[in-house]
Amino acid sequence: MTDASQNAGPMLAADGTPLKQSLARSLRRQKLRALMLVAPLLLFVMFSFIVPIASMLFRSVENSMVSDTLPLTVEALQSWDSQSGELPDEAVYDAFVRDMVVAIDNKEHTRLGSRLNYEETGMSSLFRKSGRKLKKLDPETDGPFKEQLIEIHEGWGKPNTWAVIKTHSPAVTNGYFLNAVDMRRTPEGAQSQPEDKQILIKLFGRTLFMSLVITGACILLAYPVSYLLATLPMRVSNLLMILVLLPFWTSLLVRTSAWKVMLQQQGVINETLVWLGLVADDARLVIINNQIGTITAMTHILLPFMILPMYSVMQTIPPTYTRAAKSMGATNWTTFWRIYFPQSIPGIGAGSILVFILSIGYYITPEIVGGTKGVFISNRIAYHISSSLNWGLAAALGTILLGVVMLLYWVYDKIVGIDNVKLG
Amino acid sequence: MTQQGVLLTDTHIEDAFVEFQRVQKSYDGENLVVKDLNLAMPKGEFLTMLGPSGSGKTTCLMMLAGFETATHGEILLDGKPINNIPPHKRGIGMVFQNYALFPHMTVAENLAFPLEVRKLDKSTREAKVKRALDMVQMGAFGNRRPAQLSGGQQQRIALARALVFEPELVLMDEPLGALDKQLREHMQFEITRLAHELGITTVYVTHDQTEALTMSDRVAVFDDGRIQQLAPPDQLYEEPENSFVAQFIGENNTMEGVVKSIDGDTCLVQLDDGSEIDAVPINVHNPGDRTKVSIRPERVEFNKDRLHADAHTLKATVKEFIYMGDVFRFRMSVAGNDEFIVKTRNAPDAVRLQPGQEIDIGWLAKDCRALDA
Repeated sequence: MTDASQNAGPMLAADGTPLKQSLARSLRRQKLRALMLVAPLLLFVMFSFIVPIASMLFRSVENSMVSDTLPLTVEALQSWDSQSGELPDEAVYDAFVRDMVVAIDNKEHTRLGSRLNYEETGMSSLFRKSGRKLKKLDPETDGPFKEQLIEIHEGWGKPNTWAVIKTHSPAVTNGYFLNAVDMRRTPEGAQSQPEDKQILIKLFGRTLFMSLVITGACILLAYPVSYLLATLPMRVSNLLMILVLLPFWTSLLVRTSAWKVMLQQQGVINETLVWLGLVADDARLVIINNQIGTITAMTHILLPFMILPMYSVMQTIPPTYTRAAKSMGATNWTTFWRIYFPQSIPGIGAGSILVFILSIGYYITPEIVGGTKGVFISNRIAYHISSSLNWGLAAALGTILLGVVMLLYWVYDKIVGIDNVKLG
Repeated sequence: MTQQGVLLTDTHIEDAFVEFQRVQKSYDGENLVVKDLNLAMPKGEFLTMLGPSGSGKTTCLMMLAGFETATHGEILLDGKPINNIPPHKRGIGMVFQNYALFPHMTVAENLAFPLEVRKLDKSTREAKVKRALDMVQMGAFGNRRPAQLSGGQQQRIALARALVFEPELVLMDEPLGALDKQLREHMQFEITRLAHELGITTVYVTHDQTEALTMSDRVAVFDDGRIQQLAPPDQLYEEPENSFVAQFIGENNTMEGVVKSIDGDTCLVQLDDGSEIDAVPINVHNPGDRTKVSIRPERVEFNKDRLHADAHTLKATVKEFIYMGDVFRFRMSVAGNDEFIVKTRNAPDAVRLQPGQEIDIGWLAKDCRALDA
């Protein structure tokens, strides 16, 4: 017993400092060194992954364009009741002209037009067309503006135009999210999109359904292969492993294009079937540019992600288990179903999560072989990012996708238990 | 090794329960792992296959269990050839080296498994599982998972699982290899007790000779794919039939020389340094044969009064004295061999020889066996 431990107070180190403090000091160096070692990767991940994702997520609710471009108008519109069915008064028009003159100088009015066009078609051309004539007005001398503006474009004489501006003036909006689930923000509150515009929910559903089908197909195809890999003698299984990995070493685009060659109407499969007489020449199978094409190609492409975790789990199941079961009188099937299969489930779980999450966000393959019926939600996101430039909606769709994946992950954890997932 | 299979055919037993007839096994078509194995076991025997790794003993066990097929020859179980019977129809209990307890089942489920596949009803299953668990003093552990048990406990469960469906033959593949010494000794006792109480025929594979000697009715010493000797433990230790067995079982002093003359059950051997000793000719047949003479350390005598007057003695120089408590151990230089070991019991009148001391040593001719070179 040392003196320190006999004291009633905290344990003291040999030099009289509290032991905890002394321990922390001696560990600090170690921790610091560890931090230095991970620092480059940490910074890289911060700036190239976390920051862009955070900014993308922010974009899905961010809506400062209206209030930034038309600050005075937004303020003047506060007192106007959009439900009244009447036009706002002269103060709003006056404020609008003042805002627009500045905006036109900065060439911001067309951008505002496109932004509002996402919500109400016709807004883009309204802003563009009015811009030229508005530019000539002097806010100090040329008033009042109400009549002049309606003269410039009849759109300014519709209460709805002003209602749209007012509805989308808050700096933070749920509009993109509503759009993402086939609804829209209207002066009367959230409402469903017209029937012909409701495509996104369907697309989400299709993405989930097809991802499940792909995952299921991967499980069925990968299980026997992984079993062979894990049980065959080393030399043969290594060769087999190379065949499994071979597609990994080929470009994704090349593989997908190869499927195009295989599946198209004049492609390898159809030609062979026609040649064999199994399919009439005028009734060739339609197996590309639809869901079949996407499922076939993606199952092939994602198969290694199922095989590898399954294989590494199966490899750890000692053959003595099967031997023990057989020595106790179990048939081959009973041995497999009661002994081998339960122990391989962690591999199936890991592979399924991997394949499902990869496929739910897949883009290139559905784009090439999916046609219109076989595309995923990610193709829609890409469309909004690069063609319609509606980044807010793209961000909202992406956020929902992320949320769905995390929700499924949580459900999976509740049902299967994430501890049961092994990658090796 | 010179005398192949001669002794093995001698051990033929009428109505043997387990029988290997001229069994050979090759994995690659070039080398035989098991060469001409003949073995017969009566019902209820505890037989141990002992040998260094790679000697073919585990392969033999796996052929008996049905996990390997014999390349040539016949294996009979209760008189019926079983070469073409799949393992699950053989009804042989088996304990594996690493227990092979199913990790996703509880202990009780593990034990119930062989009963379930035999389609026994639930109450019978439960009764049998309980009895088997009680038999190995693990009654309270039915609901645990194997991973929650210690090595010794897992071992007991594995044993209970192999016995629960009441097989007539139980195979054990180095079942105690993973346990520490004390537990191992305890389990040795337990396994033999159970085997004899239940009257099961047991084939036990090990590379631990103490285990083999203490547990078995008979031991089959394997080397180079052959049974070198099949005998009860005492006979194996005291009367090894070739130099491999003499070397492999227990401690042994070996001296090389040439047979000068054979006279019935004694022979005169001239060692390489010129000195002469008496020995029992075991597998030397003609004068002039080279031989390895084997003598156990505890049979060497240096008290002249206890030797025959006309016994041949050798000059020995004590090199080292090792005190081991119950015995004294001396390393001596005898006939050019510096590793000659002599053991004496730590009796009240025991002499403690000091290093450097020169003495005469000798032995009874019957303890000294002239074996193959």
